[in-house]
Amino acid sequence: MEKAHSKHNWKSNTLPALVTVGPLTLILVLLVAIPLIYVVVMSFCSIDQYYNVEFKFTLDNYKRLISPDYMKIYGQSLLIALVTTLLCILIGYPFAYIIARTKSKKKRLLYMLVIIPFWTNSLIRIYGWRTFLGNNGWLNSILQTLHITNEPITFLYKQGTTVLGMVYCLLPFMIFPLYTALEKLDGSLLEASSDLGAKPLVTLREIIIPLTSGGIFSGSIMVFIPCLGYFFVSDILGGGNSDVIGNLIERQFQSGNNWPLGAALSIILIAVTLILVRIYKKMGGDMESLGV
Amino acid sequence: MGYIVELEGVNKIYGSNHVVRDLELKVEEGEFLTLLGSSGCGKTTTLRMIAGFEEPTTGSIKVEGEAIEEKEPFERNVNTVFQSYALFPHKTIFDNIAYGLKMKKVPKPEIKKRVTEMMELVQLEGFEKRYPSQLSGGQKQRVAIARALINRPRVLLLDEPLGALDLKLRKQMQLELKRLQRKLNITFIYVTHDQEEALTMSDRIAIMHDGVLDQLGTPTEIYEQPKTKFVATFIGETNIFDGQINDIKGSDISVVIENGYISGRGDGFKTGEYITVSVRPEKLKFAETPQEGFTVPALVKDYIYVGSIIKCIVSLPNGNELKIERLAGEKLPDIGSTIYPYWNREDAVLIHNRDNMVFETIDSITFN
Repeated sequence: MEKAHSKHNWKSNTLPALVTVGPLTLILVLLVAIPLIYVVVMSFCSIDQYYNVEFKFTLDNYKRLISPDYMKIYGQSLLIALVTTLLCILIGYPFAYIIARTKSKKKRLLYMLVIIPFWTNSLIRIYGWRTFLGNNGWLNSILQTLHITNEPITFLYKQGTTVLGMVYCLLPFMIFPLYTALEKLDGSLLEASSDLGAKPLVTLREIIIPLTSGGIFSGSIMVFIPCLGYFFVSDILGGGNSDVIGNLIERQFQSGNNWPLGAALSIILIAVTLILVRIYKKMGGDMESLGV
Repeated sequence: MGYIVELEGVNKIYGSNHVVRDLELKVEEGEFLTLLGSSGCGKTTTLRMIAGFEEPTTGSIKVEGEAIEEKEPFERNVNTVFQSYALFPHKTIFDNIAYGLKMKKVPKPEIKKRVTEMMELVQLEGFEKRYPSQLSGGQKQRVAIARALINRPRVLLLDEPLGALDLKLRKQMQLELKRLQRKLNITFIYVTHDQEEALTMSDRIAIMHDGVLDQLGTPTEIYEQPKTKFVATFIGETNIFDGQINDIKGSDISVVIENGYISGRGDGFKTGEYITVSVRPEKLKFAETPQEGFTVPALVKDYIYVGSIIKCIVSLPNGNELKIERLAGEKLPDIGSTIYPYWNREDAVLIHNRDNMVFETIDSITFN
């Protein structure tokens, strides 16, 4: 009797569960879990002399990761990410503030200005910058036509150019969370601050920035992390000293043909990402504004 | 006698919306003045113009004799208690209250001393380290008041500060606010749509209607001698009759309305003028036969017992209903019987009808 009862229960609970959560779980397992496990396994594999992957356990890949050459690139990548993030805050904050405080139709127009470039492939947009900044590019032509310079100026292949490209690509990721945070900000708090004698800049420091720190924080995470991996930006715009971690990974999988090493590098990048998200959560960050 | 706040010819226009019209308002030092009106009457806009959050389209605003239209809110010596409290959620109660002093760069020990005093004054001792989200509505209200008072403003502006509280708490806070105002001797300009609140707390009430200041006076003046039909109906219950003056003998005025005559007493009226007569329910009496000057019959429809008072609803031949309030225990006519309502002539308030010109124009049209 009891058995029959529990069997009935099993059916009534499991079928809906399978139908609803089942497909989702299947997709997650196929597209996230299995590839991830594959990368982890790969990172402990060795290669033979012809660079074929051998399923032989080794820690060599991880040992190579701490070589000074790589360390230098990690540092460089973190620096680029840091500068990019700061620039995105400096540019994105006023912009987001203006969109959030604008009323009427202009608001939608401003919002669209951020979104529209988003619809174009970022690779194409980065190539656009290259055309613009190149030695025979538009900017140099304009400068020379106006006789501001006689020789073309080399804008490309510098660390700064990479940062420019990164800022350009990632700025919307900063603006959206900032906009959301600023939009939620209660206008009467600003009035109250002013009413109590605070000048506009003091209100910014005492009220607006502290109350939108969540937005600054999620924006920073959403800019900083991709910045470590956007290899195509440094590939197209940057010179030799602007590689990011993403370049290292790409090279091992492509020209280097050393998949286990590339996998180990990927694991490092994932680890850095997880640590950053962890810190973010610890400091009271809202996971939803990261899209999690 | 010094006026602390003076509004002269103030207009506020948003697009095609004329929110405040030709407002003249002089607030006396140390008084509790209430701006009363239904929503959208311009009372909050007026308050916001004094605070500096809105600029008047035309006109001038003076505080302590000094024109302040050009001054930013942070330069004005007035403070505001906001309807939604607008407490800073990321700051403790102490820091919220200390904010104004911090902005004035008052030395820290003095800040501590003054905030502690202020918290005692509003009975919030022990809440220093809490955050606004950990407080009840009434406590938040006290913090908002303390924060606005800490800079010792000459004028405190309050925008429906008790609107979000429940009835019991509201009654209690009304008395507390009044006590605070007397104790600190600060001018309060208080915005509310609650007429009872206004009558309880105010030294003077300014009734606004469609952006116009209808009447400014003490609660008694407003209740006993309303100057417009709106004021008469907005404050307390009343019975309204629209009619035309058919005879004046000295101060006694006879008014013809539909179905008969009523009477009142007043000066400055002329025969043939269209007026509104307002009589409070407690002033109405009734008789079984027409009285001198009162010939309108009414049908007794219903009685409502409200504790010590009985409300009697009677209907006039044109369908309008009157409310008569009598003390319980008095002898009352039966439901369905016909009575003749009347009153002592001095108990009726005669109001010049704003639509007088319209009626006169209609009268002047001759039909062939």
